[in-house]
Amino acid sequence: MGLAERILQGDIRAAARLMRDVDDGFASASEELKKLYPHTGKAYLVGITGPPGAGKSTLVDQITAAYRKLGKRVGIVAVDPTSPFTGGAILGDRIRMNRHADDEGVFIRSLATRGCLGGISRSTGDVVNVMDAMGMDVIIIETVGVGQDEIDIVRMAHTTTVVMVPGLGDDIQAIKAGILEIADVFVVNKADRDGADRTVRELSAMLEMGERRNGDWLPKVMRTEASRGVGIEELVAEYENHRNYLFSSGAIERFTNEKNSAILSEMLKERLFRKVYDRILADGTYGEIVSGMATRSVDPYSAVDSIIAGHLFSIPEVSE
Amino acid sequence: MTERKLRVLVGKPGLDGHDRGAKVVARAFRDAGLEVIYTGLHQTPEQIVAAAIQEDVDCIGLSILSGAHNTLLPKVCELLKEKSAEDIAVFCGGVIPEDDIPGLKSSGIKEVFTPGTSTEDIVAWVKENIHG
Ligand SMILES: Nc1nc2c(ncn2[C@@H]2O[C@H](COP(=O)(O)OP(=O)(O)OP(=O)(O)O)[C@@H](O)[C@H]2O)c(=O)[nH]1
Ligand SMILES: [Mg+2]
Repeated sequence: MGLAERILQGDIRAAARLMRDVDDGFASASEELKKLYPHTGKAYLVGITGPPGAGKSTLVDQITAAYRKLGKRVGIVAVDPTSPFTGGAILGDRIRMNRHADDEGVFIRSLATRGCLGGISRSTGDVVNVMDAMGMDVIIIETVGVGQDEIDIVRMAHTTTVVMVPGLGDDIQAIKAGILEIADVFVVNKADRDGADRTVRELSAMLEMGERRNGDWLPKVMRTEASRGVGIEELVAEYENHRNYLFSSGAIERFTNEKNSAILSEMLKERLFRKVYDRILADGTYGEIVSGMATRSVDPYSAVDSIIAGHLFSIPEVSE
Repeated sequence: MTERKLRVLVGKPGLDGHDRGAKVVARAFRDAGLEVIYTGLHQTPEQIVAAAIQEDVDCIGLSILSGAHNTLLPKVCELLKEKSAEDIAVFCGGVIPEDDIPGLKSSGIKEVFTPGTSTEDIVAWVKENIHG
């Protein structure tokens, strides 16, 4: 039996292995993903992003506990950075989630960015699909704790949470406008610390100043103390509000179309590129062009023109 | 051919509260290009095995100082077998008396690193013996 069939029968090891195959770029993985695709699209996807150490993993742990109380099965994808120097990674988000490790209603997968810059790995979407096909009701995606415009997670998750901590104080003005636009829900975590009220107030004020049309979603600023589980029920209730908004306003259709369009164009780009690239690398054309550019005897503009003219719609398979 | 990235789980079963050694080893693995799933302190064998399976790791490295190695480590191997996951190799490091090593190995532990083993040696052992 193939991995996809085993996964649909509830085989955990098969699911874990397919995630691995996806992450390692095995060609066989897409055959399995094809079979799983009709069984996906049911899970509700929550993204959690924010600066390093803001308490994202601790929040994920608490949110998971809350959803488990509601009887939901929860998948978690936790992304940490790959070291650009060694290609290795320490994936430490699980430390905060250990109590769910042996709960059969929870599946946690740690992923390394492997060179991807958008806060998640290239494999994240497919790993989410595997969890979706496994029957997870909610899938929580924790991004790398990086910058402020994690566009990738916004595309992927139905509800994007941006986690902040108090004490940003005057710096709050420095927060790029981008971050205001990506959040569906703001969380000021570590509310036990000084300055939480002020951070909540300032964020709320900035959000209200933002341009919005009638009927648009206005993100709320929630306060949590993840390490003690304070404010979590309210946060999960706000997720439910946002989900209801998506479905009742029709925004879900726009979200889904934009997401699927991005997935398709990305995949097409990658496959077309690989096909041409592998071929011209194998027959030496690529190397010739690069050395030609060094002496200016070849320009890349004409080279690409002629590659496309020569290969478009008639690209023979490269033999393995 | 596409190559697998080696994945290793590093954790600490039992009650003792020091994970400095485990962290040093985790960093050495990262620096050798491995993906390390670091699960931290106070892990039960059940949690370790569930995590190893979900993460599809190639091996599990456990650090143990509490003296409970003779119960906790064979338990991990036993649970792996129960889940038909005994292909995931288990090795350990920590304060483990020489006399206990044969027993641990016969329970399924692949290698035991006693104090003083360099991280280079541990990394070399993994690269030599574990294949994705
Ligand atoms: N005081 C306080 N500390 C908290 C709270 N929530 C989390 N922490 C602590 O903050 C530290 C970082 O928490 P994590 O959950 O690992 O943060 P993270 O955002 O996932 O970190 P990265 O994944 O490394 O970016 C830990 O020591 C937590 O115990 C809180 O509400 N109050
Ligand atoms: Mg984290």
